[in-house]
Amino acid sequence: MGIEGEDRHVTEVRAEMVANVWKVVTAEGEHVSADATLVILESMKMEIPVLAEQPGTVTKLAVAEGDVVQEGDLIAIVE
Amino acid sequence: MIESLLVANRGEIARRVLATARRMGIRTVAVYSEADADLPFAREADEAVLIGPPPPAHSYLDQAAILGAARRTGAQAIHPGYGFLSENADFAREAEAAGLIWVGPPPAAIEQMGDKISARNMMAAAGVPVAAGTAEPVSDADSAVAAAAVIGYPVMVKAAAGGGGIGMSAAADDAELRAAFETARSRAERFFASPDILLERYVTAARHVEVQILGLASGQVLALGERDCSVQRRHQKVAEETPSPGVTPELRGRLEAAAVRAGQVVGYRGAGTVEFLLDVSAGPGGRPPRSPVRAEAGEEFFFLEMNTRLQVEHPITELVTGIDLVEQQLRIAAGAGVSFQPREVQYRGHALELRVYAEDPRRFLPSPGTITEWAEPAGPGIRVDAGYAAGNQVTPFYDPLLAKLCVHGADREQALRRARDAVASFRITGLKTNLPFHADLLESVVFSGGDYDTSVVSRLRP
Repeated sequence: MGIEGEDRHVTEVRAEMVANVWKVVTAEGEHVSADATLVILESMKMEIPVLAEQPGTVTKLAVAEGDVVQEGDLIAIVE
Repeated sequence: MIESLLVANRGEIARRVLATARRMGIRTVAVYSEADADLPFAREADEAVLIGPPPPAHSYLDQAAILGAARRTGAQAIHPGYGFLSENADFAREAEAAGLIWVGPPPAAIEQMGDKISARNMMAAAGVPVAAGTAEPVSDADSAVAAAAVIGYPVMVKAAAGGGGIGMSAAADDAELRAAFETARSRAERFFASPDILLERYVTAARHVEVQILGLASGQVLALGERDCSVQRRHQKVAEETPSPGVTPELRGRLEAAAVRAGQVVGYRGAGTVEFLLDVSAGPGGRPPRSPVRAEAGEEFFFLEMNTRLQVEHPITELVTGIDLVEQQLRIAAGAGVSFQPREVQYRGHALELRVYAEDPRRFLPSPGTITEWAEPAGPGIRVDAGYAAGNQVTPFYDPLLAKLCVHGADREQALRRARDAVASFRITGLKTNLPFHADLLESVVFSGGDYDTSVVSRLRP
């Protein structure tokens, strides 16, 4: 998934493609390690895990299970 | 004969079935979800019925909605295509109970072959070679490790009710097996509503070769040659060819005999496909299988599974035989004879199918989007089975297959040349497709030389 760093400590995790949100694995306030799965998207019968690229706290979770995300939509903020 | 047909599917396969039905003078009914209203298949049928919102569970898997559409339109028969409800024995029974002709095998045959464990056991009992594996569902990771100790690593972990490569993975040791087991278990429950898992010896260097069979209304089962489906990514096929460069006439005879036996054991009717793994690890003759196997030592092919429906890659068999397999399905379902003389089937030339997927050509990740331009190749030996056209939206709800580019040539060399030209002139814009991968595949020494196995894609995309 695309991750745009705003600075060293805050990353916005965005959807790389149109997809359905199949599973939300994390929650706001949770501390995650690098490469932890945040949510699992599903597109065209394929599961696509969305990973945290750096360790931190999930300060915002912008999607819920069953949502449809467009390319570029915000999924989570990790800082 | 059948006078009206409802096609319970979408995209290229719905369109392909509708085309044969129309040619046979059959009135056609399509069903479609809200996501597919503008696709060619929904527009080309005599009647099209909206059956629900985009998620498959609420449309193409909604049995009541589809049977309701059949009733309202007065359809006499139902063709399930592949995927969705095509291998759902309960749906086949419901359709028959509703007085419809089911264009497929008897529901009992679907059921027997739908569970990979029972299918393996039946085939072994009938003398069809199977790889070493578990004869009963593996209930937990500890039992899986114990079974692997007997079978020998590497092993393949599969969902018993699975298909399409979903949940399948290979494991080389106990730790990998525990992880693979958990993955397979969660996928199995999610996608196939059955937690049953089986383990099979994993053949590391193998070709995936399948035999087309046709069970006639008379009870006779015919084999119509093989297809090589070794070009796979994520255990899903990307390109197929017939004849297989790895199959000698002698081996073809034994594969066809095993496939016919498989069909006879389940009383098969209609079009079906028996899949085998061809062990190429030790060259011709294969490697003797490891401990307790049902197969005789020295067997170089193993039964994998049977697909009790029309196969995605059926067009290449049609190209080399000149037989319309959908027409035969419709004839057999109506209790009629086939359109050709079984003893006089001629195999001419060589055919390839390249699956054009909406995915990026390097990592093979899905790429839904709107098609802005669509220009198909044409010319001698070229057949394109397409599900989309310019202006259509490709949604994330269904599989990424856009079209099947099929090519026929007098020999493999000519088929490859025509395929390279066709790939180069196929123009699809607005989303990413794997056409650049096909160009690389066709140029590669390993594929064009013919001596490849199921590792070919990972060799081209390390």
